[in-house]
Amino acid sequence: MDTPRTIHRNWKEYQKEIADDHFYYARSCIRQNFFPGSETAYLNILRNDLSLDVYDDPKHTTCTGIGYHTDIVPLETTMTVIARQFALMTEAGYENFLPSCVTSFGLYVEILDMWEHFPELEEKARENLYKATKREFNKPKNLVHTSDLIFHYREKIAENAKYSFVDVKTGQPLKGVEHIGCHYAKIFPSKGIGGSEFPYVLAGMIESWGGTVVDYPERRHCCGFGFRNYLVMANRGYSVANSKKKFESMAPYKPNFIVGNCPGCAMFLDRWQYTIGEMEHKTYGPNGRGIPVLTYEEMTGLVLGYSPWDLGLQMHQVPVEPLLDKMGIPYNAEEKYLGINGKNLGKPQLPQNCVL
Amino acid sequence: MKGKHVTIIGGGPAGMQAASQLSELGIEVLLIEKDNKLGGKLNQWDRLFPDQTPSMTLLKELQNAIEKSKVTIRLNTEVQKISNLTHGFDILLNAEETQHSDAVLLTTGFELFDARLKEEYGYGTYPNVITSSDLEKLFREGQPLTTAEGRTPSKIAFLHCVGSRDEKVGQFHCSRVCCITGVKQAIEVKQALPECEVYNFYMDMRMFGAGYEELYREAQEKWGITFIRGRISEAALNQENRIQIKAEDTLAGRPVRLSVDLLVLLVGMTASPCNKALAATSGAELRSNGFFNPVDPFNHSVESAIPGLYFAGTCTAPRNIGETLMEAGSAALKIHKFLLQND
Repeated sequence: MDTPRTIHRNWKEYQKEIADDHFYYARSCIRQNFFPGSETAYLNILRNDLSLDVYDDPKHTTCTGIGYHTDIVPLETTMTVIARQFALMTEAGYENFLPSCVTSFGLYVEILDMWEHFPELEEKARENLYKATKREFNKPKNLVHTSDLIFHYREKIAENAKYSFVDVKTGQPLKGVEHIGCHYAKIFPSKGIGGSEFPYVLAGMIESWGGTVVDYPERRHCCGFGFRNYLVMANRGYSVANSKKKFESMAPYKPNFIVGNCPGCAMFLDRWQYTIGEMEHKTYGPNGRGIPVLTYEEMTGLVLGYSPWDLGLQMHQVPVEPLLDKMGIPYNAEEKYLGINGKNLGKPQLPQNCVL
Repeated sequence: MKGKHVTIIGGGPAGMQAASQLSELGIEVLLIEKDNKLGGKLNQWDRLFPDQTPSMTLLKELQNAIEKSKVTIRLNTEVQKISNLTHGFDILLNAEETQHSDAVLLTTGFELFDARLKEEYGYGTYPNVITSSDLEKLFREGQPLTTAEGRTPSKIAFLHCVGSRDEKVGQFHCSRVCCITGVKQAIEVKQALPECEVYNFYMDMRMFGAGYEELYREAQEKWGITFIRGRISEAALNQENRIQIKAEDTLAGRPVRLSVDLLVLLVGMTASPCNKALAATSGAELRSNGFFNPVDPFNHSVESAIPGLYFAGTCTAPRNIGETLMEAGSAALKIHKFLLQND
């Protein structure tokens, strides 16, 4: 039996199989809308920086995750849609499935688990798919979330890093708050790197790239999205309240940035800072500003030297410049709101009641 | 009874008790222990419920009986295999030596639940989350009750049923002794630190033994210990390096959030890992939770379905030391009777 004074970092013991190469990529419905540029950046990182074979199939559809979790799409439909995604993977000659959304990942894991325990459901899904499309499928040999793959190659990325999570003025590691998203590991802890209580997928990236991870009391609390909390307009106060609970808990640790695993989480942890600022005149970063929020692919892109504006960081509610300054990443403020070919995207309205 | 030999596997309280009693009955006894000393978990405990008897007092009593007997003791010895023969058993010791016996008594005891498996409580991660066994060790070694940073705690919480009645970790059974251990240790904390606030979070208080309910009342009335019916959902570190716990007070129907200096997890009993191999080779039946399954829980609670193969103590189910010692005596008599009938 361990002594009480022995510290084990047991979350590192959770590992899972991650294939090295050849992935069928399934896009997120919301990621490319919430964070334009991040999905393109992710594919560029995989293909150009890590030289991986990733098939981005225009034929695939939503996984139905948001509809499923809001009780709009019935389970049988969801299973058939997922069966079709796997059929497309099979037809394309791939065996490794790479969903780009935590909700999708959780749903794929859940359906595969259901099929394992209730083979008749799998048979029904196969039958439904065949009747509807004449398609058949193999189940993936390897199912990993997109962040798992970045975690898998984090040391290689560190070798090629142009910037790190170190304050260029003080030499001190920058402090990151990580949020893995409920559907990444809370439903099936063994499918997430580090499990659900002490997740390591994002923490591992931050540590490998020079930063430190803040372990704050509300680390495991929901970001506030919660599907119904947001999608039903009357519940949105509950959504904001959950995010606020997290901000209040993390703020005393003075984090330099937040990184999200799930596009929904990153969205709400970013946008609700603006909302709370407007509602309560309260911000959680230094000098009356917010805490910059990154997605993990944006974080990876910054480390690898991608332009912040190519990554789409100008689309964030909380300005990321304080983080860029600390990391020593150069940027041209004049180009912040210029899109492809120099097209002016227009400037967002500034909040009335806070600086952000 | 000359020429009859019994091997007892496990040198904890049950094994020691049965060994000395069988020896008194004139039976040649070999007592096997995998550790380097007899006594089992008694060696790790400071005081026993419900009356705070020092565990050493009981251990010394058991040791004296063994010393006065003719029991042969083999320490640092593991049993890999029990071969069930037409007449008696061959027992493979340390993978190299075979011992023949007319009967075998299994007293393999239990293991404490590994609290790291309940990750939400942070054991093994946060140094100020400890187990009931760790607390007992602090008391036993006479160490001051402080946090890992050396602070005197002002608030301590105990959490019951860690690794007991918990489907998520495959532990369906009640470990029975944790409730009263929590009461006992909470009082001991108050005795050591009268100013400290002590909270016990529980599902049910199962005060089944003589004097248990009285001690539970004493904990509340004399020592001012607060009992909250509710499981802790999560423990996390706050900025003051204290453990922030979240729970639901299911009697008040309200969420509870509390920062404490120490969180003590009352860990339950799991089956000894050696049971599986011993069951596979001897033919003894195991329950789904890994404990041995006796013929019935009534008049044959120490007997296996294999003639000559017996159980005693916590190798069949969680039980307290008093019950364990009584079972050991019962098993000794049953074995004696078996050997007489097969003489």
